[in-house]
Amino acid sequence: MLNAYHARVTSQPKHTPLRSVHERLGATMTDFAGWLMPLRYGSETAEHLAVRSAAGLFDLSHMGEITVTGPGAGPALDYALTGWLSRLSVGQARYTMLCAPDGGILDDLVVYRQEDDRFLVVANASNTSVVLAELGERCATVAGATVTDQTDRTALIAIQGPNASRVLADHTAAALGSVKYYTGVHGDVAGSPAWIARTGYTGEDGFEVFCAPEDAGHVWEALMPAGGPVDASTGGPAGPAVVPAGLAARDTLRLEAGMPLYGNELGPDVTPFEAGLGKVVRLDKPGDFVGRAALAKLAADAASGNGPGRTLVGLVARSRRVPRHGYPVTSGDTEVGTVTSGAPSPTLGTPIAMAYVAGSAIAGESTGPFGVDIRGRIETADLVPLPFYRKE
Amino acid sequence: MSVPAELHYTEEHEWVSISGEVATIGITDYAASALGDVVYVNLPAVDAAVTAGEPCGEVESTKSVSDLFSPVDGEVTEVNEELDDDPGLVNAEPYGAGWMFRVRIPAGPDGETALPPGLLSATEYEELTKSAG
Repeated sequence: MLNAYHARVTSQPKHTPLRSVHERLGATMTDFAGWLMPLRYGSETAEHLAVRSAAGLFDLSHMGEITVTGPGAGPALDYALTGWLSRLSVGQARYTMLCAPDGGILDDLVVYRQEDDRFLVVANASNTSVVLAELGERCATVAGATVTDQTDRTALIAIQGPNASRVLADHTAAALGSVKYYTGVHGDVAGSPAWIARTGYTGEDGFEVFCAPEDAGHVWEALMPAGGPVDASTGGPAGPAVVPAGLAARDTLRLEAGMPLYGNELGPDVTPFEAGLGKVVRLDKPGDFVGRAALAKLAADAASGNGPGRTLVGLVARSRRVPRHGYPVTSGDTEVGTVTSGAPSPTLGTPIAMAYVAGSAIAGESTGPFGVDIRGRIETADLVPLPFYRKE
Repeated sequence: MSVPAELHYTEEHEWVSISGEVATIGITDYAASALGDVVYVNLPAVDAAVTAGEPCGEVESTKSVSDLFSPVDGEVTEVNEELDDDPGLVNAEPYGAGWMFRVRIPAGPDGETALPPGLLSATEYEELTKSAG
């Protein structure tokens, strides 16, 4: 029994501004990328299902926030990232990537154009220092762009799920109806200034609220006045409108939604094309950008029928044993790939996984099924299109 | 975290209840809480021979899979089939409806059922969980 959780925290993890809220709610905390974060408050399955049917409130204050400001900010980001950020209108957001010169992914990012000359870059907690260093270096090559780390000056609370807009609307003067998917506005939440964006990582409608650390507790309490942890028997439509949700639920929610996680699906040895995210690479934008030559060659190879050697696929297990990160994927007697993320899917009721599989193994008529070597025994898994779950 | 005084425990966070020749085995409240929601328990087959300290099944939770060890030598007489439909019983009642399997322990040379060696008392187990943090 129990092999994983006797690891002790060796260095002091950082606390978010919502530490006392999590303590009061009795959260199980975990060290994640150097931050002590809520893993779950009660049952992570109930939290997951509550986000699908009601709404969940997440503390994401560990995420990195970096601003790029000044008249050169747009062109600087066009050079630093794969996307065409200078084309965003004020208020628009884009999912984009920071790539190495060889095309490998250094981080996946959401960039918001908050003002004409102000962009907010949101990085994964584990990569914030890399993103900050790379942006600093790359943006320095363009005049009039200043890169500033705002992570310690920013709290991030996400409210995700079908109830999210109704609940948030009660606490903001912002016209949420005009805040479309992947846009944001300056506004207020519970009287505190905030950047309110209709973005998320759960596959549900919802918002991410960026505010000052000193306002975070107040914003959280406003959005979830009476809510407490949910156990496996509550949640759902008859349960509370909003429940606190931890990183365990966040991981299964994003997996069902087919969204990649840096360190699992994405990394320096993975290109955007392999991850099925070639659309974030804007080879049609003017000027050079870091990684352009390598990425252009990969795109040209793919166009001439010589696509990436491996492809990210979705697998649904027929057995109840769960394919997990690192497990080999097989076809017949041959190993053809590796699971990148896997979990029991609360919505589907069966284990699901994303995996990189050799292009040759899914070419032509070959549509599986595949095997997954689960601790020495091969279990059958069917190939399915991503995402596993799409909201109605 | 509940640690019933009348049970025996293992360092692998399992509990053992001995009644006559039969040992009933499950995982502790501490283990169930640490694992999070249990979604599947892969139990040994009835009549299978199990060996103390050897894995005989798996416990799948949202975030991880863990080996289930047999704390005793013997033959599996019964497994908790309720867990197939409702693995959440392990979280809800780890010492009750969440029990996992039963093993017949062979009687010793003197005809008495010997308590398997190496089991911990409730006090010893509580110390173990405290030192593990």
